Amino acid sequence: MQILKLIFRNAFRHKLRTFLTVAGISIAILSFGLLRTVISAWYVGVEASAANRLVTRNSISIIFPLPLSYKDKVRQIDGVKTVSYGNWFGGIYIDEKNFFANFAVEPESYLELYPEYVLQPDQKAAFLRDRKAFFAGRKLAERYNWKLGDTVILKGTIFPGDWDFVLRAIYKGRDKNIDETQFIFHWDYLNESLKKTVPRRADQVGFYMIGVKNPVHAAEVSAAIDRTFKNSLAETLTETEKAFQLGFISMSEAIVIAIQMVSFVVIIIIMAVAANTMAMTARERFGEYAVLKTLGFGGPYIIGLIFGESLFITSIGCILGIVLTFPAAHAFGSAMSQFFPVFNVSVKTIYLEIGSSVIVGITAAIIPSYRAVTLRIADGLRRIG
Amino acid sequence: MPNKPPIVEIKNLYKSYRRGNQTIPVLQDINLDIAEGEFLALMGPSGSGKSTLLNLIAGIDKADSGMIKVVDVDINSLSETDLARWRSGNVGFVFQFYNLIPVLTAFENVELPLLLTGLSRKEKREHVETALKIVNLSDRMEHYPGQLSGGQQQRVAIARAIVTDPTIIVADEPTGDLDRVSAEDILELMERLVHELCKTIIMVTHDPRAAKKAHIIKQLDKGVLNANPQTYI
Ligand SMILES: Nc1ncnc2c1ncn2[C@@H]1O[C@H](COP(=O)(O)OP(=O)(O)OP(=O)(O)O)[C@@H](O)[C@H]1O
Ligand SMILES: [Mg+2]
Repeated sequence: MQILKLIFRNAFRHKLRTFLTVAGISIAILSFGLLRTVISAWYVGVEASAANRLVTRNSISIIFPLPLSYKDKVRQIDGVKTVSYGNWFGGIYIDEKNFFANFAVEPESYLELYPEYVLQPDQKAAFLRDRKAFFAGRKLAERYNWKLGDTVILKGTIFPGDWDFVLRAIYKGRDKNIDETQFIFHWDYLNESLKKTVPRRADQVGFYMIGVKNPVHAAEVSAAIDRTFKNSLAETLTETEKAFQLGFISMSEAIVIAIQMVSFVVIIIIMAVAANTMAMTARERFGEYAVLKTLGFGGPYIIGLIFGESLFITSIGCILGIVLTFPAAHAFGSAMSQFFPVFNVSVKTIYLEIGSSVIVGITAAIIPSYRAVTLRIADGLRRIG
Repeated sequence: MPNKPPIVEIKNLYKSYRRGNQTIPVLQDINLDIAEGEFLALMGPSGSGKSTLLNLIAGIDKADSGMIKVVDVDINSLSETDLARWRSGNVGFVFQFYNLIPVLTAFENVELPLLLTGLSRKEKREHVETALKIVNLSDRMEHYPGQLSGGQQQRVAIARAIVTDPTIIVADEPTGDLDRVSAEDILELMERLVHELCKTIIMVTHDPRAAKKAHIIKQLDKGVLNANPQTYI
């Protein structure tokens, strides 16, 4: 009890110094938390991917389509449960700044395959009934203030022209990491228009989404699909949804690595700051440590004092930093919602914040403790005056 | 001199410091006996080794060779840990600059050495109150060192030195940082400790007035103890 009292009072001896150190640590922990959240936001598609889903695309590149006729052949392959398909539409809403993902998909199989998009039954029925219908994520509808029944026009880039859609359903994510900013409409609507305007582009799909009966056999099913279309005009490449998502991210991997490095650099800098504070503090107190040793207090007691104070100060900084991470992430996420559809502070990020604070606290105390413990009493006493 | 066995026995004590690859002898062939209840003053020019000798007697430094026995314990042969334990039970310290912990109250400062004992909370409180009463600071228990005068701080330090009822009290220039009146106060207090409580005090001092209060004055000169000690009663 006495040692805790002493640690506590020592921590507040230099109020300004302690305040500045705590502020530095909390800002560092906050920045660290935000950077880690950016990284997890980057991987949110990967995290949300399901083990029982495969994606099949043209083996040359995602930008080349596959014939619609593959649908039935895929369905016959052993282990395949559901087959859906779609196209990246790439439409622009009013202005290029307003970016969100928009896809044309085969609606019934798509909703069966993606149960994480939760639609109310009546809205779902209304969506399925109407060929020009689309459904949108909750966040997207909120962002543009769309109401059910509203007509929304997208300007096609890959498929030229103005396309009008009617909002029939708004989905919620089943989990926190589900993207709620997607725009999904009927593939038939796209295809039928193409038949009239550019018939050679009709009956072509961008990718197949395949549900397997048992995720354990995902690799065999992938291989079987690709084997089926070997030596055909459009060969396929099938991979798990996770691998497919990772493939997208790998293009920006360098940025992720840079952010990761910066997040650790922040911790290293604050480590140096905290170590400096503790070194200064301990140096001022060598006389007191000498007195305590004179009175018979051993190394463990003095180590306890220094580690206790260091961990106490870093804990306050850490708690403040974590508390601030939430509003900061919220503000950042709102401002950047077009780039990061899901921006949540994960439990793992909080653990990492706590972990780094503990490491900072311990590192900062090591050298001062070593000096204080090896200090000869006579020399320590001599320093006074 | 009272006819009691010596409480401190020093034989052929040598101490030197190394500076680079040079060895500087600080104490040479010190022989000294101190009887229980004695008030001994160590005098000598600056750098003559007074503090060094005091530190050796108090067990906060180690001699190169020779023997220091305090109540039949050869403290020069104890390990660091044993020595620390021995100090906490046998030595009370008074320093020139009081060396109180600034974030602890007078009461808590005096209580500090008792934290290493197995005393109950109540016993600790009683001991601390008694010690503070002896130094006449019962009304300043809750004050922090910064709220006390130099003389008062030194009295708290003396209370801290006596609270464990140690075998010997060592004091390194206890009046060195005080004005005349406060110094007088502290010296009277030390005399009382010797006369009324039968404490043994070894005090380093520059001040002849302080030395006058002692029973015995020993002179150190360049690390050698004066062969003819002057004795006062
Ligand atoms: N840690 C050390 N390293 C090297 N030399 C030391 C050390 N401690 C003391 N000395 C030297 O030992 C000698 C005696 O020092 P000491 O402190 O015992 O003197 P003193 O008699 O107490 O002097 P003062 O009256 O100034 O306090 C001095 O020459 C000092 O420089
Ligand atoms: Mg000295």
